[in-house]
Amino acid sequence: MCLAIPMKVTAVQGNPDDFTSNQLATVDADGISRDVRLDVVDYWPKVGDYVIIHAGFAIHSLVEEEALKNISLLQELADNTPEELLS
Amino acid sequence: MKHLDEYRDSSLALPLVKELQNTVTKPLTVMEVCGSHTMAIFRNGLRSILPQGMKLVSGPGCPVCVTSASHMDAFIAMADIPGVHVTIFGDLFRVPGSTGSLAEASSRGAKVDIVYSPMDALDIAKNNPDELIVFLGVGFETTTPGIAATILAAKNQKVTNFCVFSTQKTMPAPMEALLNDPDLKIDGLLCPGHVSTIIGAGAWEPMAKKYNLACVVGGFETADLLKALILLARQVGSGDIKVENVYPRAVSWERNERATKMVEEIFEPVDMDWRGLGIIPQSGLKIRAAYRDFDAEVRLDIVLPKSKEPRGCLCGEILKGKQTPNECPLFDRGCTPATPIGPCMVSSEGTCSAYHKYGRDE
Ligand code: SF4
Repeated sequence: MCLAIPMKVTAVQGNPDDFTSNQLATVDADGISRDVRLDVVDYWPKVGDYVIIHAGFAIHSLVEEEALKNISLLQELADNTPEELLS
Repeated sequence: MKHLDEYRDSSLALPLVKELQNTVTKPLTVMEVCGSHTMAIFRNGLRSILPQGMKLVSGPGCPVCVTSASHMDAFIAMADIPGVHVTIFGDLFRVPGSTGSLAEASSRGAKVDIVYSPMDALDIAKNNPDELIVFLGVGFETTTPGIAATILAAKNQKVTNFCVFSTQKTMPAPMEALLNDPDLKIDGLLCPGHVSTIIGAGAWEPMAKKYNLACVVGGFETADLLKALILLARQVGSGDIKVENVYPRAVSWERNERATKMVEEIFEPVDMDWRGLGIIPQSGLKIRAAYRDFDAEVRLDIVLPKSKEPRGCLCGEILKGKQTPNECPLFDRGCTPATPIGPCMVSSEGTCSAYHKYGRDE
């Protein structure tokens, strides 16, 4: 249930301070586009940011730089020594 | 070290596996709290490469597994009420209560739909104005905010045929109950990834201090898991006990304020019945009186039945990390994923189903 990869935000609608507005983001992962709710996301994302999604709701957002660093992190780990991995 | 060869090709994991071997200098028991971690650990074969002295036990973090028999029976009884249309997350469908399952209720005509999100349940309500749509809230901090947002949306959109039966549970409380149990010795916690997204990694700090318990928040990939285990072993080895977060792509130190506010608006703490653990004070969430129109227990006047656990099933002890499925005489005999006796065999995150899928000898 919890195996999440960050998904890229391609569109945002609604007003972060108004729960009655339709708080939605369109996200894209590997070419698949879908809508997710933004009602409970920690920081309101902008287009280009990434979000972690659970049961149709974004629960965490990351700026692009942070997300890309994290997405490639696991691959990068391969080239490092264990000491560096943990620093 | 049985299957280390499998890791030889993986330049990614091998250095970490080696580092883990070197790091474990004294025996330690780590509890992985989250059912998704249990599955990820098995899927990645990590149990077979654990160093001598390191023991992993599963905890009470599979939401379906900790749902009490009495709640399951209430769910099934509710599904049988004419005009009620029950919506659930998929894992709940085949969990046996004392007298059948939601799957069986469905085959005798009860309306039971599996949804991906509570918002989908609200859409079903809008499309079926003659039915009362009940969403069964079975989950932890990760699912509660979305359910709260859905109730608020129902209110704002004046949808009157939607309500929630909340058995939502909150996480640090059952861990305290386990840590106070003298029979159980845990040195470290692999803290649940996405529960921590909501409550923040910092939420584990009081427990780390009070119980001198190594706490590491980890993700679900092989390298995430190995890193978390290495850090746990290091903490126990050095005695420098603290909370560390190796899952920063999903977890911050602080809690998610927007989600927390949403949850506090709709829910209040309540004593909650956990399978295996019994009633733990203030470890659950019920819908506040101001939103009682969206509370299925109020609307349908539900009284929880006194139910018994399935006979011979050890799920309760397994959820406490005290026994393993291997010790259950029914495991893989009477009880399989096709013919489950307890919830730990049904849920895709359950410990018994993990042992069944990935081999009992590990
Ligand atoms: S194997 Fe079946 S009966 Fe035994 S503890 Fe697991 S779920 Fe219960």
